[in-house]
Amino acid sequence: MSGHSTFEPKHPALKWFESRLPLVGLIHSSFVAYPTPRNLNYWWTFGGILSLMLVVQILSGVVLVMHYTPHASMAFDSVEHIMRDVSYGWLLRYMHANGASMFFIAVYIHMFRGLYYGSYKAPREVLWILGCIIYLLMMATGFMGYVLPWGQMSFWGATVITNLFSAFPVVGPTIVEWLWGGFSVDNATLNRFFSLHYLLPFMIAGVVVLHVWALHVVGQNNPTGVEPKSEKDTVPFTPYATIKDGFGMVCFLIFFAWFLFYIPNYLGHADNYIPANPLVTPAHIVPEWYYLPFYAMLRSVPDKLGGVLTMFGAIIVLFFVPWLDTSKVRSARYRPLFKQFFWIWVAVCIGLGWLGSKPAEGGYVIAGRILTIWYFAHFLIILPLLGLFEKPKAVPASITEAVLGKSKGGAPASAGVSAPQTKG
Amino acid sequence: MRGKETIVAATETAGTTRRDFLYIATGAMGAVGAAAAVWPFISQLQPDASVLALSSTEVDLSQIQEGQIVTVKWRGKPVFVWNRTAADIEKAKATEISALIDPVARNANLPAEAPATDQNRAAEGEGREKWLVVIGICTHLGCVPIGHMGEFDGWFCPCHGSEYDSAGRVRRGPAPENLAVPPYSFVSDTKISIG
Repeated sequence: MSGHSTFEPKHPALKWFESRLPLVGLIHSSFVAYPTPRNLNYWWTFGGILSLMLVVQILSGVVLVMHYTPHASMAFDSVEHIMRDVSYGWLLRYMHANGASMFFIAVYIHMFRGLYYGSYKAPREVLWILGCIIYLLMMATGFMGYVLPWGQMSFWGATVITNLFSAFPVVGPTIVEWLWGGFSVDNATLNRFFSLHYLLPFMIAGVVVLHVWALHVVGQNNPTGVEPKSEKDTVPFTPYATIKDGFGMVCFLIFFAWFLFYIPNYLGHADNYIPANPLVTPAHIVPEWYYLPFYAMLRSVPDKLGGVLTMFGAIIVLFFVPWLDTSKVRSARYRPLFKQFFWIWVAVCIGLGWLGSKPAEGGYVIAGRILTIWYFAHFLIILPLLGLFEKPKAVPASITEAVLGKSKGGAPASAGVSAPQTKG
Repeated sequence: MRGKETIVAATETAGTTRRDFLYIATGAMGAVGAAAAVWPFISQLQPDASVLALSSTEVDLSQIQEGQIVTVKWRGKPVFVWNRTAADIEKAKATEISALIDPVARNANLPAEAPATDQNRAAEGEGREKWLVVIGICTHLGCVPIGHMGEFDGWFCPCHGSEYDSAGRVRRGPAPENLAVPPYSFVSDTKISIG
C-alpha cells in the first residue's frame, strides 16, 4: 500500500510545473494510481458521495446567500422571495434544504459501515476521530442553517438548543447570553449563526482533506478487514473505484432528486412556514430528523444537566470506539456475536429516532430510557466484553483468497477476467 | 496496473469499437447533465421577479413647470423629464444632424436606425414636443449629468466633461452616444408611464 506516484509528465510545460508544484502528481497518486482493495462493496462509495454532497451544499449555499437577508425582520421574507421571485430559487433552496438531509443519510450509512467493518481499529484511529469531528461540525452547521429561514421551528429550535447550555452550573446562563448576544434569541443570534453557518462548511472541507489524507496514509479498510498483502489484493483507484463511486453517486443523486422534485417538504416541518414569533411556541417542537435520536436521549433523562450530558456523551463516546472495542478481528463478517449486537444497536438508534419524534410522555419516555441505556451499554459494556468472550470465525489469509476462494487460488478465474481485455 | 493495460488494449484496437461509442455516449450524456445542473446556478443571477415587477413608473406631468427638469426613478435609474421652453426646442431643431457626435435617435419607442432629429428625441404627438424624457445616465461611464449646464444648454457630466444639448444629444466628448430615451407612453394628456 505504498501508493507511490507513477506519474511522469510528458509535456514540457507540465514537467516545468510539476517540478515546482507536484500537484498533478499528487492527484494522480491519490485518485488514479492509488491502490484500493479489490473487494470493496457499495458501502464504500459513501465517502465519494459525501464529498459530492459537500460540494452541492457549498455551491447551492453560496448562491442562496446572494438572495438571502440575515436580519430578524427580513430573513423570512427573503426566503419566500427566493422561493417565489428568484429564477430557479425554489430549486436552489430545496436543493440546499434536502441536500442537508441527504448529507446526513450518507454520513450515517458511512458511519454504520465503519462500525460494522471495524474501520476505526488500528491503524485507523485518527482517521475515525477526524470523521467524528466532521460529524460534530456537520451537526453544528445543520442546526445553524435550520435557524436561518427564521420560521417558528427555526426560532424555537434555536431557543431550545441554545438553552441546553444553561444546564451547566454557574457559567450556564452567561454562556447562553453570549450565544444569543442578548437576552433572547434575536437578530444578534441570527447574524452570528449566519456568519458561522457560512464558515463551518469550509472548516468541514478542511477536515475532509485531513480525513482523506489520513485515509491515504493507512489505506482503506475492506469487507474482510484483512490488510492487502500483495498487489493481487488491490486494483488501481482509476478506473475501478472512480467508476464504482461514480455509479454510487448517480444512484444517490436519483434518490436525492426524488426528494427534491417530488416531496421537497417531506423532511421539514409545516410550522417553519410561519414567521418566527417570540411570544408563541408551537405545540410540537421537534428538531430535524437527523438529531432525533439525541433529542430522545435528552428527554429520557429527568435531570436537566444529566440530559444534556447524556446527549453530548452519546457523540463523545464515538471518539473512544477504537479503544472500547477490544477485539483483534476487524470485520463483523468474522464476528458472529458482534454482528448480532451491531444490528440490535442499529435498531436502537432507529428506535431512538422514532421516539424523538413522539411527545415526551408515558410509554415513550420509558422506552426512551431503555434504549438510551442500551445505546451506552453497547459501547461501554458490550464492545469491551465481546473482545474477551467472543470466538471469531476463521479470517481469510488474504483478500484475494476471500474473493476467489482457497481452492481456486486465482488461476481459473483469470480466464474470465482477461476476456474483456482481448475483446477490447 | 491491470486497469491501465485494459485501456491501452482498447485504444490500440484498430478502427472504432463499441467501447469508443460507449465512452462518447456516456461523456455526452454527462456533459448534457452537467449543463442542465449548471443552468439554474447561472439563471438565478438574472433580475428576479420582484425586480421586474418594479419595471414601470408613472409620472404626473402637470406638476412640472416650464423649464423644469424632474428626476424620477425607473428600474433603479434616474430618468429626466424636462418641460422644455420654446427657445430650447428652437435651438435643438436648428442643429444639423451632421453636427452631432451620435446621429442616431437612441429612442426605444422608435426603430433603431431613426435619425437624431429633435422630433425623434422628444415626445410624440400634437403639443407634446416640449417633453423630453431621457435616462439620466451619461453614456460614457454611467455618471448622472447635471441639468441646465454646459455650453449646449442641456446637461453636463461632472465625471469626464461630456456635454449634452437641449434634446439630450451628446455634443462634446468622451460620451459616445446620446442620452437614451426609455420606452414610455402617455396614459393621459398629463401622465406618462415609463417602461
